Amino acid sequence: MILESFTHAFDLVLTLDKDFFEILLLSMKVSCLSLLLSCLVGLPIGTYLAIKNFWGRDAVLIMFNAMMGLPPVVVGLIVYLLISRSGPFGWLGVLYTPTAMIIAQMILIIPIIVSLTAQIIEEINEEYKDLFKSLVISSYKALIACLYDARYSILTVILAGFGRAISEVGAVIIVGGNIDHLTRVMTTTIALETSKGNLSLALALGIILLLIALIINLILISLKARAKRRMYV
Amino acid sequence: MFDNQKKSKSLTPIVVSNLSLLLGKSKILDKINCKIHNESIVAVLGPNGAGKSMFLKTINGLIGVKSQKINFNSIEINDYIRKEIAMVFQKTTLLRRSVFENMQFVLEKKNKLSNLEIMKLLQRVSLDTFKDKPARLLSGGEQQRLSLARALLINPSLLLLDEPTANLDPYSLNLIEEIILDENKKGKTIILTTHDMGQAKRLAKEILFFNKGKLLEQTKATNFFKKPKTKEAQSYINGKILL
Repeated sequence: MILESFTHAFDLVLTLDKDFFEILLLSMKVSCLSLLLSCLVGLPIGTYLAIKNFWGRDAVLIMFNAMMGLPPVVVGLIVYLLISRSGPFGWLGVLYTPTAMIIAQMILIIPIIVSLTAQIIEEINEEYKDLFKSLVISSYKALIACLYDARYSILTVILAGFGRAISEVGAVIIVGGNIDHLTRVMTTTIALETSKGNLSLALALGIILLLIALIINLILISLKARAKRRMYV
Repeated sequence: MFDNQKKSKSLTPIVVSNLSLLLGKSKILDKINCKIHNESIVAVLGPNGAGKSMFLKTINGLIGVKSQKINFNSIEINDYIRKEIAMVFQKTTLLRRSVFENMQFVLEKKNKLSNLEIMKLLQRVSLDTFKDKPARLLSGGEQQRLSLARALLINPSLLLLDEPTANLDPYSLNLIEEIILDENKKGKTIILTTHDMGQAKRLAKEILFFNKGKLLEQTKATNFFKKPKTKEAQSYINGKILL
């Protein structure tokens, strides 16, 4: 069956199967958008937490760290309750749309981006702070320098966030509804096809998902290796 | 008032009055009083944990102290004064960038002229051929030379060097000592900490001897090595452990 699945997977790619590509494109679109928005929110928060000392900072960091392990189905359920017709944000009318899926994924990715960014920037800031202070450079320049020098590590964080987004199933199936041609992504298709007994297609999609994860990891490893070689980490 | 000071770039005399520093419950510096004169090379000596590095950090403004404790030519420390001070740390801090970019970072304006200045300084510390090399791949001695070149790039009036030659090979040591003497001749005041008695003898005009956070002696270098006033200084020079 595994061989059959591989053949099926290649068929789907080589024959440019329209339905398959629609699912693949939606998966990428939802994951990339949620990642982009999460970065826009998470990177500044993570950086702020790393460089500023304020009352309750540790509590905020602990909260974000704990949120990294949020169960996706619970996130899906909470978002569902918030955006369902009777929920406080029901008026938005985004339930069972890709927007709802993006919101759910953002809730899962933001804690990863915030926690890891805070950790990286805190470490680098700790190392540089005496130098920056003795050079009397502005906090803005210091911040930019920290972010620039942490670029490889931050890229790793972003890719980790993408990994979480693309492989997510629990939350998107609840808030997206797995509607054909509208909210069906790779992971939800795998869940559906498995329940229907169509294991061959499910496995084929699984192989492609694994390939994407593999490519991300390859990029990640090569970036890290390059940075290490040049002592930039 | 400061504009005139800035033009003359004179931060000396540096007067430290009754300076104490408490970190947690431990007293790091205890009622320090001293005066550092113009264009001097001052070696801060003392056993490990005597408070030498902390003294340099307070002079540099890295550690805040109560007002009126340190005055530079009768002016309290401020950002303008701090821009006239450069410090080379015991543990070199280099950015995760190339040698050239590390130098470039300290400059506010980047242009052809500043690039030429960077190259001149790199040449002076024999690092011009490494300009594109990642700074963290340099050896310990090269890293320390780069830190010194970076400090000199801002053309400071006061240079603070925290054990600038610790664990360095003779070539780097000689090069750094030559630069220190040369910069002093150009009018810079230099305060350095060291455990190397030979170096202190070769470079210093004045000695500040610290023990357990207290300044026990401030004297001319020749006097200090010929006839130290305190038992502690005598023990330190003779290589005996200070208790």
